[in-house]
Amino acid sequence: MQYSITHNTTYKYNEIVNLCHNIAILSPRNTDTQTCHSFNIIISPVPQIMESYEDFYGNKVSYFVVEQEHAQLSVTALSVVEKKAVKITEEAISKESWESVRDTLIASSGDFLYEKQFTTATEITVPSEAIKEYAALSFTPGRPMFEAVHDQMKRIYKDFAFTPDFTTVSTPLSVVMEERKGVCQDFAHLGIACLHSVGLPARYISGYLETLPPPGKPKLTGVDASHAWFSAFIPGMGWVDFDPTNNQLPGEQYITIGWGRNYFDIIPLRGIIMSNNGHELKVSVDVRRLSAS
Amino acid sequence: MPDNTSINTLLQQYIPPDRSHNEIYWDDKNIRPDWKLFFSSLSSLGENEIKARSQVILRLLKENGVAYNVYNDPSGESRPWELDTIPQLITASEWKKINAGLIQRAELFNLLLKDIYGPQTLIKEGILPQELIYMHPGFIRSCVNIELPARQHLVMYAADMARGTDGRLWVISDRSQAPSGYGYALENRFAMSSVLPELFAGLQVNRLAPFFDSLQLALTNIAPRKKEDPRVVILTPGPDNETYFEHAYLAAYLGLTLVQGNDLMVKDNFVWLKTIEGLEKVDVILRRLDDIYCDPLELKSDSLLGVAGLLQVVRKGNVAIANPLGSSIIENAGLVPFLPSIARHFFGEDLLTPSIATWWCGQPKEMKYVIDNIKHLVVRRIYRNVAGTRSAIDGASLTVEKIKELTLEIKANPYLYVGQEKIHFSSTPSFVDGKIHAGHSLLRSFLVSSKDSFVAMPGGLTRTSYQANDFIISNQSGDISKDTWVLSDEENPLQPVKFQLVTDSMQTLQTKRSLPSHTAENLFWVGRNTERVINNSRLQRTVMQYILQNNNSFKGENIATRDILLQAVTSCTYTYPGFATVDETEKKADLFANPWAEFSDILYNDLRNGSLANNLSMLKRSVYSVRNFWSLDTWRVLRQIDEGWDIAKKTASTDHLGMIGTIETLNIYMFAFLGMNRESVRREQGWNILDLGRKLEQAIYIVSLLRNIFQQKQNEQVEYELLDAVLIATQSRITYRYTYRDHLQLPLMLELLMLDMNYPQSLTYLVHKIKRYVSLLPKSGNIGLLSEQERAILEADTMLKQTNSLQLSQADETSGEYAELQIFLDDLYGLLTHTSMLVSKTYFKHTLSQKQLFTANFS
Repeated sequence: MQYSITHNTTYKYNEIVNLCHNIAILSPRNTDTQTCHSFNIIISPVPQIMESYEDFYGNKVSYFVVEQEHAQLSVTALSVVEKKAVKITEEAISKESWESVRDTLIASSGDFLYEKQFTTATEITVPSEAIKEYAALSFTPGRPMFEAVHDQMKRIYKDFAFTPDFTTVSTPLSVVMEERKGVCQDFAHLGIACLHSVGLPARYISGYLETLPPPGKPKLTGVDASHAWFSAFIPGMGWVDFDPTNNQLPGEQYITIGWGRNYFDIIPLRGIIMSNNGHELKVSVDVRRLSAS
Repeated sequence: MPDNTSINTLLQQYIPPDRSHNEIYWDDKNIRPDWKLFFSSLSSLGENEIKARSQVILRLLKENGVAYNVYNDPSGESRPWELDTIPQLITASEWKKINAGLIQRAELFNLLLKDIYGPQTLIKEGILPQELIYMHPGFIRSCVNIELPARQHLVMYAADMARGTDGRLWVISDRSQAPSGYGYALENRFAMSSVLPELFAGLQVNRLAPFFDSLQLALTNIAPRKKEDPRVVILTPGPDNETYFEHAYLAAYLGLTLVQGNDLMVKDNFVWLKTIEGLEKVDVILRRLDDIYCDPLELKSDSLLGVAGLLQVVRKGNVAIANPLGSSIIENAGLVPFLPSIARHFFGEDLLTPSIATWWCGQPKEMKYVIDNIKHLVVRRIYRNVAGTRSAIDGASLTVEKIKELTLEIKANPYLYVGQEKIHFSSTPSFVDGKIHAGHSLLRSFLVSSKDSFVAMPGGLTRTSYQANDFIISNQSGDISKDTWVLSDEENPLQPVKFQLVTDSMQTLQTKRSLPSHTAENLFWVGRNTERVINNSRLQRTVMQYILQNNNSFKGENIATRDILLQAVTSCTYTYPGFATVDETEKKADLFANPWAEFSDILYNDLRNGSLANNLSMLKRSVYSVRNFWSLDTWRVLRQIDEGWDIAKKTASTDHLGMIGTIETLNIYMFAFLGMNRESVRREQGWNILDLGRKLEQAIYIVSLLRNIFQQKQNEQVEYELLDAVLIATQSRITYRYTYRDHLQLPLMLELLMLDMNYPQSLTYLVHKIKRYVSLLPKSGNIGLLSEQERAILEADTMLKQTNSLQLSQADETSGEYAELQIFLDDLYGLLTHTSMLVSKTYFKHTLSQKQLFTANFS
């Protein structure tokens, strides 16, 4: 399936600002199942400085600076992405127990260096006692890792209420765990923390999810949103994505921008302005099908 | 030369605990020759003289403003620096070994830093566990693979060392991002050589100055594209930082500009310094800021101390930072057990200086050892914690309960902990309370990169503690420092340390430096606050004296005078409600009849806005924020103000004469401070801004004084007393008498205080000065056009030129109001405050803060 994605972020400041530094990670990566055919970033006003580089995780970063007076900043990312639908077949599913995976990683010297960096908790994904207990119900002794992670995803979906505006990006996971409420990035962080609590590698994925209108209705513009889920490393299968928000293995409708240890490694757009006043933010995302391929 | 007996008498109290190594003895009986020489010099001074000199040292350090701020100290006070009269002595032969060990260690860390942020060979080859690096908060992923042009990535390195019972020096910890202490070391040497030069007799003590030359050279050498004469700044977190004294001191000594994060900005992929003349490119930053605070865009997003976009400039190779961002990874106690194999990997040789035995809990066997032996170990996190909290715990001090907690914590995050052997320090003599006692010392050595290697400071900062088991010595917990004498065996006569502090005000002798706008703002407020203190104190004193002269008993006419004056005190100092209270008549009458409690409050209560104490602390704050601007003598005066005020405050009472006395003493010192400034600050932008602040404040004060006192025509007696009070409060009575040789009348007084061109207290004179200073400030755009602030002050000048005092002193026939005067003063007040506001807006551009944009919430 080919998609055209339009992701606009607009800041309205309460005063004129003449310096604004930004970092955007909005350019979709190429993966085994995804090819980014084109990516453009349109910024208004046109920035004086624009640089691109790859970050530590290989995500494509745009750094830009607006060095002129402006009261509004608009950033539009336009991407055309082709996504393959790949179903995980029954035979491909690894039967290796999660303990065995954990021990393999601990014992390995050099083979799994890259994957190992995702086994340790970050400040955002600290597995509290409550999280450890919660994870233990899925990671029962001897259970195959894939099955356990899948169960974990399902339980997060079942036990937690999707509640927009209850949390912000800085709400600690302990609150999410306590209240059993949150949005996609909270559930992704929770999934990661559960895996870390049993010593398994997991990473955070930032991307988009195509939403389909109710049958018979036309699709409205800008109703889609940035989305986040997590990915687990399962030897023999590689990195396998799990979406606890929707209780499914991300398929054709999921477009990946990139990944990191948690949200803060891959914030879509962040910036610093020189100002003593406030500002407003508006975001719209539109994921449209171009053709079936 | 005194014999052994007198030395032994001197050392009577010095009884080192048997366990620890004894630094001054060769063997069981004989004192080391260098110590013997030193103690001979000491004992020939005599006990009383030593005591007296050590007082002089304390005094000198205090007057020089050497202080160490303690974070989280509720009183916000800084602790005076203390220096022992007995230095730490290191012989030439021992130093050779230490020096080689330190250089090897610095080179090792330099290569380690390059490897961690580059190819990560050590991790790939299994020499270093990945978790040890990746789990450490000092590993900054966005710094990986940034190419730094300089050969030496590590510019500065410091090691804390202690002598074990075996007599060897052991490295306790490593400092690699913004090591502090070398400025204090220099100041210690300065104090010792000026107060106790006799003690250096016969000892060839290495000089410290060459180390600072090396530092200067090292900073120049890392400049992007080998630029000659690069602009180097010292980035400080600001006056609240514990070692702010040192930042300012080094700036002055090395002739560098001291800046805070908001003095800098990133534009066009370069770093710029905001000065009142515009932007100037910065090539090298010596940072005294922990790395994660340096860039709110890419690192700690809520940091207000850094510069947004700094890391990108580093990426572009357009600025060099010493030490590079990310170097705090080396301050990682977990690295210690791996250093020997890293040394073999890099150099094919063993580590020369031993580190204290350390077990990293990230390995199962080591974790078990630490947990099993926790009572005999020191447990430390692998990164230094936020200020104020301890990052090391002595296992022996823990209860069973606490040990359990700690064990669980270690098991939950094994990567983050190490256990370290407790080392017993050797004992070293310290001069305390007039006697020599045994203490324990910790030596911090400093190294700086030089060509292909490093050079160590032949000296260092030694700190002592008297608690036998205190393994964590830091100035935060209050210890005494020592000068460190590294002896040379070469026969070169001792060269006394002579150096001159290059304060910012003198710097221009060598090169023209523009004023950072932050400094400019502080200078402006030094000017304004100085005048505010003086004016406020004069007014309070005048009114207090008036009340006293009337014996506190008022009736009839002088009640009116009293009420007007008291209300003026409140309005001119902005200490509302005070005497301007709108309370019911009875309460008000009571307050006016007994004003002394209110006087005492607006004098001593520093929490009250507008009080003299409050004015004074604002002044101190602004002075302190530009501390590299003042000469040593100025510091002395400031100390006197501080001490005098502290004493007055402690005895604060409603004793009327005492209060007046406090004010008078303060005033004398304020004029000494002003005099110092006049003498020692060069007549350049810095001075212009400072004096502009003073003149604006003074003009505003005179306007508000007149405006508040002459609202309504009063009867002759009252008017006479008010005129008299205004003249006293502006120190103008004598000038008035001399000029007019007449009794007091309003038109003549207005003539003197408003229109006299030659009288420094008159508005016309002040406005002329302001006009001149404003015109001297740098201008952008069309030079021919007047700036907004020039126009505002020109208007004030024109108003004064076009008026006359007779016209202004006309009272309205029916209402009795001085309507003309009031309108005139109102307008003038508006123009003066507007000018001040425009100057701030135009030149103090750093006042905008760096604000984080919201990030989108997901759904």
